[in-house]
Amino acid sequence: MISQFFVLSQRGDNIVFRDYRRDVQKGSAEIFFRKVKFWKDDGKEEAPPVFNLDGVNYFHVKRIARAIKDYLGVLSEESMRKNFVLVYELLDEVIDFGYVQTTSTEVLKSYVFNEPIVVDAARLPTLGPAALFMQGNKRMPGTAVTKSVVANDPGGRKREEIFVDIIEKISVTFSSSGYVLTSEIDGTIQMKSYLTGNPEIRLALNDDLHIGRGSVPSFGYSGSSGTGAVILDDCNFHESVHMDNFDIDRTLSLVPPDGEFPVMNYRITQEFKPPFTINTLIEEAGSLKAEVILKIRAEFPSSITANTILIEMPLPTYTTRVNFDLERGIVGQNADFKESQKKLEWNIKKIVGGSEHTLRAKLTFSQELHGNITKEAGPVSLTFTIPMYNPSRLQVKYLQIAKKGKTTNPYRWVRYVTQANSYVARI
Amino acid sequence: MAPPAQSHRSPSPSQPSGKGEVSDLKTQLRQLAGSRAPGTDDTKRDLFKKVISYMTIGIDVSSVFSEMVMCSATSDIVLKKMCYLYVGNYAKHNPDLALLTINFLQRDCKDEDPMIRGLALRSLCSLGVANLVEYLVGPLGNGLKDGNSYVRMVAAVGVLKLYHLSASTCLDADFPPLLKQLMLKDKDAQVVANCLTSLQEIWSLEASTSEEAARERETLLSKPVVYYFLNRMKEFSEWAQCIVLELVSKYVPMDTEEIFDIMNLLEDRLHHANGAVVLATIKVFLHMTLSMTDVHQQVYERIKAPLLTLVSSGSPEQSYAVLSHLHLLVMRAPYIFSSDYKHFYCQYNEPFYVKKLKLEMLTAVANESNTYEIVTELCEYVANVDIPMARESIRAVGKIALQQYDVNAIVDRLLQFLEMEKEHVTAETLVLVKDLLRKYPQWSHDCIAVVGNISSKNVQEPKAKAALIWMLGEYAQDMQDSPYILEGLVENWDEEDSAEVRLHLLTAVVKCFLRRAPETQKALGDALAAGVTDFHQDVHDRAFLYYRLLKYDVSVAERIVNPPKQAVSVFADTQSSEMKDRIFDEFNSLSVVYQKAQFLQPSYMFTDKEHRGPFAFSEELGNLSIGTEPSDAAVAAQRVEANDKDLLLGTSEKEEGHGYGSNGSAYSAPSYNASTTAGASQAHFDLVSIDQPSTVHPPVSFAIDDLLGLGMPSAPSSVPSTLQLNAKASIDANAFQQKWRQQPISLSQETSIDPRGVAGMMNPQALPQHMQGHSINCIASGGQAPKFKFFFFAQKEDGSSAYLVECIINSSSCKVQLKIKADEQATSQAFSELFQSALSKFGSA
Repeated sequence: MISQFFVLSQRGDNIVFRDYRRDVQKGSAEIFFRKVKFWKDDGKEEAPPVFNLDGVNYFHVKRIARAIKDYLGVLSEESMRKNFVLVYELLDEVIDFGYVQTTSTEVLKSYVFNEPIVVDAARLPTLGPAALFMQGNKRMPGTAVTKSVVANDPGGRKREEIFVDIIEKISVTFSSSGYVLTSEIDGTIQMKSYLTGNPEIRLALNDDLHIGRGSVPSFGYSGSSGTGAVILDDCNFHESVHMDNFDIDRTLSLVPPDGEFPVMNYRITQEFKPPFTINTLIEEAGSLKAEVILKIRAEFPSSITANTILIEMPLPTYTTRVNFDLERGIVGQNADFKESQKKLEWNIKKIVGGSEHTLRAKLTFSQELHGNITKEAGPVSLTFTIPMYNPSRLQVKYLQIAKKGKTTNPYRWVRYVTQANSYVARI
Repeated sequence: MAPPAQSHRSPSPSQPSGKGEVSDLKTQLRQLAGSRAPGTDDTKRDLFKKVISYMTIGIDVSSVFSEMVMCSATSDIVLKKMCYLYVGNYAKHNPDLALLTINFLQRDCKDEDPMIRGLALRSLCSLGVANLVEYLVGPLGNGLKDGNSYVRMVAAVGVLKLYHLSASTCLDADFPPLLKQLMLKDKDAQVVANCLTSLQEIWSLEASTSEEAARERETLLSKPVVYYFLNRMKEFSEWAQCIVLELVSKYVPMDTEEIFDIMNLLEDRLHHANGAVVLATIKVFLHMTLSMTDVHQQVYERIKAPLLTLVSSGSPEQSYAVLSHLHLLVMRAPYIFSSDYKHFYCQYNEPFYVKKLKLEMLTAVANESNTYEIVTELCEYVANVDIPMARESIRAVGKIALQQYDVNAIVDRLLQFLEMEKEHVTAETLVLVKDLLRKYPQWSHDCIAVVGNISSKNVQEPKAKAALIWMLGEYAQDMQDSPYILEGLVENWDEEDSAEVRLHLLTAVVKCFLRRAPETQKALGDALAAGVTDFHQDVHDRAFLYYRLLKYDVSVAERIVNPPKQAVSVFADTQSSEMKDRIFDEFNSLSVVYQKAQFLQPSYMFTDKEHRGPFAFSEELGNLSIGTEPSDAAVAAQRVEANDKDLLLGTSEKEEGHGYGSNGSAYSAPSYNASTTAGASQAHFDLVSIDQPSTVHPPVSFAIDDLLGLGMPSAPSSVPSTLQLNAKASIDANAFQQKWRQQPISLSQETSIDPRGVAGMMNPQALPQHMQGHSINCIASGGQAPKFKFFFFAQKEDGSSAYLVECIINSSSCKVQLKIKADEQATSQAFSELFQSALSKFGSA
């Protein structure tokens, strides 16, 4: 049962506060805030999402956040403050006397009457996986992702459109000699529908898609770049998905509810070709100096470009100064030494498939080296976004919308993106 | 609800201070109240919004109550909703004002629009004013019969709200049977689900007093009802499915065929994208197959993949919740997961709480076939810049070493950690090497060689320092520099803040002395001299113990301090297997996340803020109220014995603080007619710088103490004529529960409490605070009206006797049951009188 629900600002004051059962002591929000803010004295450990303090359990609640986001378009302190009455209205319907009634935006729509005050999304980082389509790619209609499901466009009429996003988060760990130690793809087919009349939709996936590693003979997949089958270790589906035809033609049919929701989550441990390889060299150069050479190579086709690449590497704690040497004439790159965290950061705006970039860094230490320098630095970690690329080769082959009446043909957006989850090269 | 109490919070500059603005609002609202001019609703909306935003940030706006109510006559549903929210917030604390709202809420309950009917009914039931309950019965009855499902849905929960306000009104109106009817026939699944939750809560609370309710609760678990729900499963929302699945998990099928039918029916729920549904389904599967070993194992295999998918598909928060459950399963059946170890590798960007769970799982699944890979992976984390992570990883490596037979390679890895020369790594590793040596003494040679190279100056953490000192004492023979390192440490005695380290230092010096007397003589003298003047009692006492022991007979001392040791075969598990089973029973609940079972309904709330976790205690109390089981006692005894074994090695490590005087077996009762000591050691002993006339049989300790000029705490405590309590008495929850278990009841009494006091019970903190004023401290409290339970602790002024009280207060009958346990039986009657007089003053002040 849920006794109270509250949303606090960064400073700890209530943005929204709702008490459902009146069985919790006063000041719980403040107690919660203090506890989270000062979880461990040194501030190094973060509070777990659930904890118990003096008999009261505090939770981090996810699903309510999603329903609120569907309504507001953007979930931020500003949008919450502007729409707090609407949020209260939602909360009233989502929970009654501590019991969850519904979190479905579709159902909520019939109970909720306030209209959202839309907040300018452009300058706010948004939540959720679809947010990564916002990162300055002109091909993607970014506004749609932050559009409220209930608010109308300025023109007054709703635009008929549907978004299907194939989002893959990849985790790769390279050994110090460059071999892939572990790799995994965590994928989601995310849907956000703005179609009126809730028509049925059919999604066709790869013909050679298999679920469960035991279901295909092992010679069926040829590792990295071949044309082998796509094998999912496991997956799960949204409530609305029907799989009646899945075994025959690999199609999923569903009547999408309003709001954003995952059609399917899947997990792949089948080998794939990592999009980047990293080469790190760290060498002592005299007693108080060392040199680091970082090399990154994009292993995907040149038609594809990766965005906002960040390469990070912890340096020995006694590093005092770093001089960088970027490739000559290069634009859209910068390197920095974060002294407080003793970390090297290398930003690259764009990397075109097939290209290679190098960074040289000269380190100066405050004390003499002892032991092995490779134990004092690293590992190198990468974050990046690669639009229109997914290493699993899972595809939505077509998206069929059952026609209802004389409505115009809706816009359909099928988008792919790959993001680094944990992409680490040991040194 | 924004609690009015928060209004005292000093407003920050950006927030309105309140008063002026609130009175402005009041006038504006009043002006609008009767107005029918166009656009009024829009102005009202803005004003209402302001009121609610003040309410949210904690400004008291209850003064505009009547104006809000006056403005509520509107057809604008948004306005209505804001008004309902406001009213619901303040009605409870202003019952007189609440009466004003009843009228318009009742009218709205009959509105044409089902939405308004539902909302009004919800608000009406949420007012929370006990003396208005009679107004609820009519609208609720109509609501349950309403043609619109939204209204019925609200009414079903409304019944539960009424029950909490006034159980008798709810039962007298025959609402539960109505709910049951509705539950079994309503077309709307959410109505059905709400009926189920309300009935479950009502009947569970009633079951203790009413046989009929207990029976009804049982019928919810009967085959027809459970099958009814199972067949409608797909109609329910995902959250309602969870409630139904929880019900199904308690159902006991007739035969295996039925089990398979249910599992087949629910199979597809395992592929649901909502983790809560998946976990609830898994609980059903696990619990139904408990007695079918083979199938149970297949279930594990079957649920592995969906669980792993959930772990990786959600946010870190969801991941953590699911991972906690996976953790539980891994701990129960590590062998089933031993090939999945790679899934438990940590990712560099995961939050620490996730990594920690993963490390524990890696530790659990390590076996002959995967240990090499796992330890290699863990070693990578040790080099990590993230210090807490590095520490946990070292502990994980150590644990794997302790649970395996072939530790050859692991020992090498651990020793390599010491060569990394990072302070935190060294510290953590030293502690582990110590434990490793206690289990595998055969590795002492390799370890000692490396440990000997560590400069004690680079070790600062008390635990690590203590471990190093222990090794210096234990392996004094093999570590050449041992006496000199110890001597150096003794020289810095005064700078050593940790009593634990000083205790270890004393023991180590004595051990070293017994083996290498000439070299250690000086260190021993200095250490004992420093020890006997130490302000810490344990250090002081131990120094004296060693001193007298050595004085008495060195060979006896040798046998007591330095006997041949048996390797420790198994280190005590932190959690009993019984505990693990109980957590498993509570699968898909918080118990799993906290790794603590909740045995008591309702759970007890701790007043002791320092205490680690609330459930640890409530569980013991739970056992108590059932009556101490013999098995429990046996376990406790074993634990005490286990502790005795390493009594001299690390007393202060044991935070539970079992008294080390109370031991029986291993080290006590040395034979006193021992053969004469070697003259040499006797001679050395005289060199100990404490100048003391040699008495063969030291008659009393006074002599020594006087010589040292310490003076003894004088005079045995006299029993004061009137009992005085120590105002600063304190005890931690663990010690309390141990004491409670050990002592017999000295006094059991029934008394009564002032009805005014009962009124004060509404605030759970009131009684503990009151009693504290009488030097009686509350350790734990819990319960719900009408039955409250408290545990108190008090101590005699001179500390000679402690009193433990269990106090059960029935707030409807004003009866109080007391159980008192006391160290001094003789004074328990006096204490009881004192307690009762304090209790009788409660509420009368």
